[in-house]
Amino acid sequence: MEETQSFWQFVYQQSDKLWSQTLAHIGLTLISLILAIVIAVPLGILITRKKKFSGIILGFAGVLQTIPSIALLGVMIPFLGIGPKPAILALFLYALLPVIRNTYTGIIEVNPAVVDAARGMGMSKWQILTKVELPLAFPVLMAGIRTATVINVGVATLAAYIAAGGLGEFIFGGIALNNSNMILAGAIPAALLAIILDFLLSLVQKISLKSIRVTYLVLPFIFISMSSFYLLPTQIGGRMLGGFTPEFMGREDGYLGLKKVYHLGIETVVISDAVMYKAAFEHKLDVISGYSTDGRLKAYDLVTLKDDRHIFPPYYASPIIRQEVLSNHPELERVLNLLSGSINDSIMTSLNYKVDQLKQSPEKVARDFMISHGLFKEARNGRKGVIRIGSKIFGEQYILVQMYKILILGNTDLGVETKTGLGGTKICFDALTNKQIDFYPEYTGTGFLVLLKPDAATIGRLNGNTAAVYQYVNAEFNRQFNIKWLKPIGFNNSYALMMRKEQAQSLRIESITDLTKYLNEK
Amino acid sequence: MIKAENLVRKFGSSIAVNRISFEVADGENLILLGTSGCGKTTTLRMINRLIEPDSGTVFINGTDIKSQQPETLRRGIGYVLQNHGLFPHYTVAENIAIVPRLLKWDNAAIGKRADDLFQKLNLDPGLKDQYPSALSGGQQQRVGLARSLMVNPPVLLMDEPFGALDNLTRISIRKEFKVLDELVKKTIIMVTHDVQEAFEMADRICLMDKGEIKQIGTPEELLFHPANAFVAEFFNEQRLQLELKTVLLKDLLPESSVGQNVTVWEKMDALLHPGVEGQEDAITLENLMAAFESYKSTAFQSYNSK
Repeated sequence: MEETQSFWQFVYQQSDKLWSQTLAHIGLTLISLILAIVIAVPLGILITRKKKFSGIILGFAGVLQTIPSIALLGVMIPFLGIGPKPAILALFLYALLPVIRNTYTGIIEVNPAVVDAARGMGMSKWQILTKVELPLAFPVLMAGIRTATVINVGVATLAAYIAAGGLGEFIFGGIALNNSNMILAGAIPAALLAIILDFLLSLVQKISLKSIRVTYLVLPFIFISMSSFYLLPTQIGGRMLGGFTPEFMGREDGYLGLKKVYHLGIETVVISDAVMYKAAFEHKLDVISGYSTDGRLKAYDLVTLKDDRHIFPPYYASPIIRQEVLSNHPELERVLNLLSGSINDSIMTSLNYKVDQLKQSPEKVARDFMISHGLFKEARNGRKGVIRIGSKIFGEQYILVQMYKILILGNTDLGVETKTGLGGTKICFDALTNKQIDFYPEYTGTGFLVLLKPDAATIGRLNGNTAAVYQYVNAEFNRQFNIKWLKPIGFNNSYALMMRKEQAQSLRIESITDLTKYLNEK
Repeated sequence: MIKAENLVRKFGSSIAVNRISFEVADGENLILLGTSGCGKTTTLRMINRLIEPDSGTVFINGTDIKSQQPETLRRGIGYVLQNHGLFPHYTVAENIAIVPRLLKWDNAAIGKRADDLFQKLNLDPGLKDQYPSALSGGQQQRVGLARSLMVNPPVLLMDEPFGALDNLTRISIRKEFKVLDELVKKTIIMVTHDVQEAFEMADRICLMDKGEIKQIGTPEELLFHPANAFVAEFFNEQRLQLELKTVLLKDLLPESSVGQNVTVWEKMDALLHPGVEGQEDAITLENLMAAFESYKSTAFQSYNSK
């Protein structure tokens, strides 16, 4: 086994990447923040003048705030594509509310006698605004900007999901790869960034202003905005663009293997698998890292490239379950194994297609499948205990969870609680080892490479051998974690590189080797 | 100097000020007196266009105030508020420099005028660099007044200027302001609901109720010649005190030679606490009271016979 890397070694090794991610993070945060200030402060002032609009505008900004960030990012892809643009727009929308609200509150709370005196002395409306209202509202206004800044530093980590860069690349890569150093290398700078920016702004907040002059504001604004754009990752100009998930980017059986074994030289961006397929379909990306049973393969007319040098290990799905649970409920093993052998790759792809594309609920898809395969039984509503099933955050896992739920409810006297949508392998596995869930469907390849992390020799020996990998993970999980791999369900959801069908056909690319050749032609 | 003609102002469906007309002569103190909601503040604020009348006109020196930009108009009229309205983020010196700066005075002129006013208003020059929050209520009100006087405007509008002060401070600061030469020459319109204050400061009082003027005249006229029952009843609570404070000795005893410009109240005070100055005249408490009684009855007879 490789020696465990210390955090500092990781940071040192990845310092280039860390630096560019940090800069991109600052860039995203500041640009969106400045845009928000430019729009929100005048809006806040406007609604102090036209109070009947204040409800609508504050309400609208409040609603924006409640949209889940990843959903907001997803919604923008069709209009703005992937990259910094949609990320900045989303961050901008999140920053609006605190700034509008605090501008409004700050001005409303200025002592009316003072404003009255200012009018009575003959100050013009503009003079009252710039010399009385804004200076007096300034501390409150700045508090809003500070809130917005901290929110934006946090939300900007999600920008990594849509290829906008930032420290989220390390954070989500680390979560996906079960690499704590990587998580910390993203999370610590992000936290520091929030603290430092907040501190700097707190200094600004303390400045006592006699009047707000437009020139005071415009110059630093222009300066900061210009320099922020400079920090963003430069746009890509290669022949083809690859979009890979944070997990894929850091894996030996992913991008690292592609570089090592195939010598694939392609420009890449990091992106969430939630938006990756669509981005490929919309020509924003050319090559993506998908899963071979993904329903979107069918929906977006993509083809998988042949892994002709076998870098992707087998990913057969099995439920992995704590031994303790099995000994408490011995009947469970037989029941869960009922599913084994009934789903192959193409069945899984079409089930996934129904969920991902036809928008059928995983419950319905699972139920239909179980009925047509004679596996469905009415729930017995037993009260013997509750089994907690976990899943990662994608459709296939949701379907499997529903199938297991039907099996358990119909064949045992146990109840079921589902905990779906656990962010990634690490989160799911930690939930299992910490006894927060009882079992979840895992893939042999993931268990082998991500969770066990065997040495290179073991990988070389076992990779490509389906049965050997299964035996190895089952034995090792039993020994190390007291967790059992039940029988494989039957399908192999391995990693695959995918391209749009028409592009692959027109370029005559069928395998990853073909792709490498094409990219190397100049 | 100031002439208001048929001012009307409605807020929604309620009429705040209903067809009000009055004139204020040069150097005169007119007090707008009345209970809350009688329209006195609205009337005052229509003079510097903080509120625009629905109809009616205000002339200052014969010019319709609408012919000027409101800002320009206001810079030429002193304005003092109940809660002083000092800018909390400006020092005292910066506060009193606001209007001069709007009028583009240079720093030397501002400094000189500020020193001058500080001395006249008994303000410690060391306060100049303080922020208003560090000042006492009395000091804040003096600074508020100084600010309105900086550019020496001929007209001063005061909206309950002593309203936020405690009773003792109010009385002492009022006395001080009354004899201040800066104020003596000015045309002042002041709003108050305090009857004592009105009688003390007024050349004439304009008594208002429900948006209308009930009577306008000297304190004496209002007391002894009330135009209607409302006016008569308005002062009933404190009538005796007001009368004693209003009537001058010379009105009672024209033949007496001493202290003609002293009020009956002050004379009584002197008689009850003798000692400091020698009592040269022959007036006693008894004949003072008798003279006051007879003055009152003739005054009322003349009113009743009208």
